[in-house]
Amino acid sequence: MSFPLLTATVVLPAVGAIATAAVPAAQRTAAKWLALVVSLATLVLAALVVVRFEPGGSRYQLTESHAWIKDFGVRYELGVDGIAVALLALTALLIPFVILAGWHDADTLETGSRRWRPTQGFFALILAVEAMVILSFEATDVFLFYIFFEAMLIPMYFLIGGFGDRAHEHGEKVASTQRSYAAVKFLLYNLVGGLIMLAAVIGLYVQAGTFSLPEIVQARANGSLHMATGTERWLFLGFFFAFAVKAPLWPVHTWLPNAMGEATAPVAVLITAVVDKVGTFAMLRFCLQLFPEASKWATPVILVLALISIVYGALLAVGQRDIKRLVAYASISHFGFIIMGIFAMTSQGQSGATLYMVNHGISTAALMLVAGFLISRRGSRLIADYGGVQKVAPVLAGTFLIGGLATLSLPGLAPFVSEFLVLVGTFARHPVIGIIATFGIVLAALYTLVLYQRTMTGPVKPEVAEMPDLRVREVLVVAPLIVLLIFLGVYPKPVADIVNPAVKQTMSDVHQTDPKPEVEAAK
Amino acid sequence: MSAAAVHSLWTTAADPISKIETPKIEYGQLSPTLIVIGGALIGVLIEAFVPRKSRYYAQAFLSAVTLAAAFAAVVALAAGGYGTTKAHIAAMGAIAVDGPSLFLQGTILLAGLLGVFTFAERHLDPLAHGNRVDSFAAQAASVPGSDSEKAAVKAGFTTTEAFPLLLFAVSGMLVFPSANDLLTLFVALEVFSLPLYLLCALARRKRLMSQEAAVKYFLLGAFASAFTLFGIALLYGYAGSVSYATIAQVVDGTVTNVDPALAGTMGNDALLLIGAAMVVMGLLFKVGAVPFHMWTPDVYQGAPTPVTGFMAAATKVAAFGALLRLLYVVLPGMRWDWRPVMWAVAIVTMLGGAIVAITQTDIKRLLAYSSIAHAGFILAGVIATSRDGVSSVLFYLAAYSFVTIGAFAVVTLVRDAGGEATHLSKWAGLGRRSPLVAAVFAVFLLAFAGIPLTSGFAGKFAVFKAAAEGGAMPLVVIGVISSAIAAFFYIRVIVLMFFSEPHPEGPTVAVPSALTTTAIAVGVAVTLVLGVAPQYFLDLASQAGVFVR
Repeated sequence: MSFPLLTATVVLPAVGAIATAAVPAAQRTAAKWLALVVSLATLVLAALVVVRFEPGGSRYQLTESHAWIKDFGVRYELGVDGIAVALLALTALLIPFVILAGWHDADTLETGSRRWRPTQGFFALILAVEAMVILSFEATDVFLFYIFFEAMLIPMYFLIGGFGDRAHEHGEKVASTQRSYAAVKFLLYNLVGGLIMLAAVIGLYVQAGTFSLPEIVQARANGSLHMATGTERWLFLGFFFAFAVKAPLWPVHTWLPNAMGEATAPVAVLITAVVDKVGTFAMLRFCLQLFPEASKWATPVILVLALISIVYGALLAVGQRDIKRLVAYASISHFGFIIMGIFAMTSQGQSGATLYMVNHGISTAALMLVAGFLISRRGSRLIADYGGVQKVAPVLAGTFLIGGLATLSLPGLAPFVSEFLVLVGTFARHPVIGIIATFGIVLAALYTLVLYQRTMTGPVKPEVAEMPDLRVREVLVVAPLIVLLIFLGVYPKPVADIVNPAVKQTMSDVHQTDPKPEVEAAK
Repeated sequence: MSAAAVHSLWTTAADPISKIETPKIEYGQLSPTLIVIGGALIGVLIEAFVPRKSRYYAQAFLSAVTLAAAFAAVVALAAGGYGTTKAHIAAMGAIAVDGPSLFLQGTILLAGLLGVFTFAERHLDPLAHGNRVDSFAAQAASVPGSDSEKAAVKAGFTTTEAFPLLLFAVSGMLVFPSANDLLTLFVALEVFSLPLYLLCALARRKRLMSQEAAVKYFLLGAFASAFTLFGIALLYGYAGSVSYATIAQVVDGTVTNVDPALAGTMGNDALLLIGAAMVVMGLLFKVGAVPFHMWTPDVYQGAPTPVTGFMAAATKVAAFGALLRLLYVVLPGMRWDWRPVMWAVAIVTMLGGAIVAITQTDIKRLLAYSSIAHAGFILAGVIATSRDGVSSVLFYLAAYSFVTIGAFAVVTLVRDAGGEATHLSKWAGLGRRSPLVAAVFAVFLLAFAGIPLTSGFAGKFAVFKAAAEGGAMPLVVIGVISSAIAAFFYIRVIVLMFFSEPHPEGPTVAVPSALTTTAIAVGVAVTLVLGVAPQYFLDLASQAGVFVR
């Protein structure tokens, strides 16, 4: 038996989480370093996965399969396709930056008590989330996926509710109330989604008698597993609802601005760039493959919802007074693009959506982490409290600008490629929706540039006059992300090569072919 | 003429004595119950003859050893194949020794053992006049607040009777799910109910509340027993027998020889329906299903917390075992009649328990309503009427009882000047003050909420899967919706513990002795093991999922 590489990518952060949590109270710096080293080692393993993965090879690679809970028909089955590899790499890549950016996030909670160890808890929870997210990208067993899809809510919940910004305009009491509200809202939304999915998971098992994704897909393809149209649609809705909450899609998106607004910037990145990706990823992997007919049936409605997300999220972002909530609404708009790309049912749309997941992860991480550095300096999340920062902290302002420009999909930066692909892919099949979605880009320019203008330009506000520029640690966090944004903006081929074969395969599972270009058809 | 012939002139020989059948009792197979009853009787003798100072140690030791020995007997029987191939009906048709019996008996005994540990805890309350005291009243007979109570406290009395009472209750619970005729069922019901009524009244603190709880429990329990008994009478009228097997045959229509004394009523469906409904009602009362749940919150709140934990776990196991046997062995022939009713009961129980729990402000009442919601989930598995249904219910009960005992054991630790601080507001910020205790309680709450990787999820999945396969998909959907509602209040407690500011004069967490620590540690371990690697126990439950008829 070969080395179980995929398991290792899960076990390493999981063990790291336990080890970090076990570090004694006095050695909290050691806990931070331990977490960082573990996350870097996980990144190395993820890089190995990328290297060992053959883009043109079989559908699922590096597979592992062991019996787990025989009575439930559950197996511990792992395997990655191109889409999963891309997101696995993204996750492993972002976590070290999240840890580094959150280096001091838990410091204020330290009370000196020997039993109360918030620092250890903070970093252990981040690693626990990483392990669970990676496993849900790798699981090819529906039940195995479900377990970790649900279980990751718990560490996320503690990260949101337990750790907040250092300063708050209304004082700590209000902040902690708002934080626990946000955490509960996050958990309840996702738990309800997950429980509805549980009913669908059970229903799927009753229909299929197995949880193995490849087996079910094969059985459906060769006709040995027939589902009544109504049944398939109900099951699809059960799965899709959970993923739509997680993604999040309008109208079940309202937890995201609360969660991202109240959480510290690194945790907000963890939510939007890592955990939410599981939702969109699962739409591609589970909704489309398990229920191809129902997916096609639901496409019109989902496209309209995605469109609403794009425009509505962008409009609300324009109106935000709070920097972090602005990024949250921008993310809702971007998730609209991703979901639109997935359900456009064209290979360009789906490749674009997958690339978008990766690029959105990197660009939001860059923007949000810099925003977090900014907020920690001034102690306020309100846009109106800033002004003229570029004169006192030029590096901070510059990196903030690049992150913002990536968010508005400036050509030359990575998100542009994916947004363009999604729009082209959507336009090929649904021109009207494609056209309306384009307004999302215009609005993105508006909210990003207005944000930059109000915070960074203009006369220097007295409160920010003494603001220090980025420190070495902070530059270490931001610089690599910006390099990646530029690199993937100019040369997206490495990611595209990994993703494209998997997208083709998914398309054929849904029995979809790309529409022929009009000009060619006219000949 | 021989003497015998002369004798026969003026006498007739009576039937030889050998014609009266000697009862044949399989002592070996009944050993778990017999051991527990024996232990309880010795406990009574200890109360009578052992000096007061030594009673506590003698009783605690005896109870633990008795339950452990009985558990060993259950394991030996199961290993001997009595759960599967050698399953049969013992004691002249009164007791069924089969898989479900042994599985549930094992669960009850372990729950009882952990219960003994929490009963025996004496490190939580502050010393009373230099004596270590447990959760039980110094002298149950003294009027609360009276001089005699003060004197009893001062003398350092403790109610060590709690231990034999627990053993008697356990003995009844062991018989309850394995009873194979209605009279045994009723006797078992009373044997385990009466000690529980008493135990509920024994709280050391808040004694009036405790006594009120006991009276409520007793009155409502007496009603339920009366219902059961009346139902048994009607079923006897219907079938001419109290034996499960015979009633089942009459229900199926395979018995034709009508008992002449009952010619007028036998086979009368009205008697069957009303009788069965009444017996089931009595069982649903013990289970705590809506609308027979009214006693649960008051009793759970008023009873001494170790008793609540033991009762919440073990009673539920025993009562669901009896319900399963009744529905699966006696009444499968009329499942088209009882399934719609049980559907309705399951739905209102799940939703009712979950919704009402949201408004609770006392942790014990909250857990009481949560136990009602869980009764609803288990009923969903009962309704499946399949082998998977049985095994999923068995698994759920085992998983649930350990979580429950652990959770209530944690409740005993959080204390202020008035004893246990059960009001939720006092739990605010517990996570800052005692992260470990709060984390352990959070694990139990997450298991109650059915979050994956805990036993609660595995159990919930098992019963919902069985229900879905049995064609009860709407029930599953309602089940997940009520799980979501229930999750809300479990999460609220976690929020309170971890994210709220600690109250400056908030409760302290008492440091327990090894006893309670063991109970909690076992609870956590079982919760996680059954959540991560449930296969072995699912196998066990599935092997045990066949009733003997």
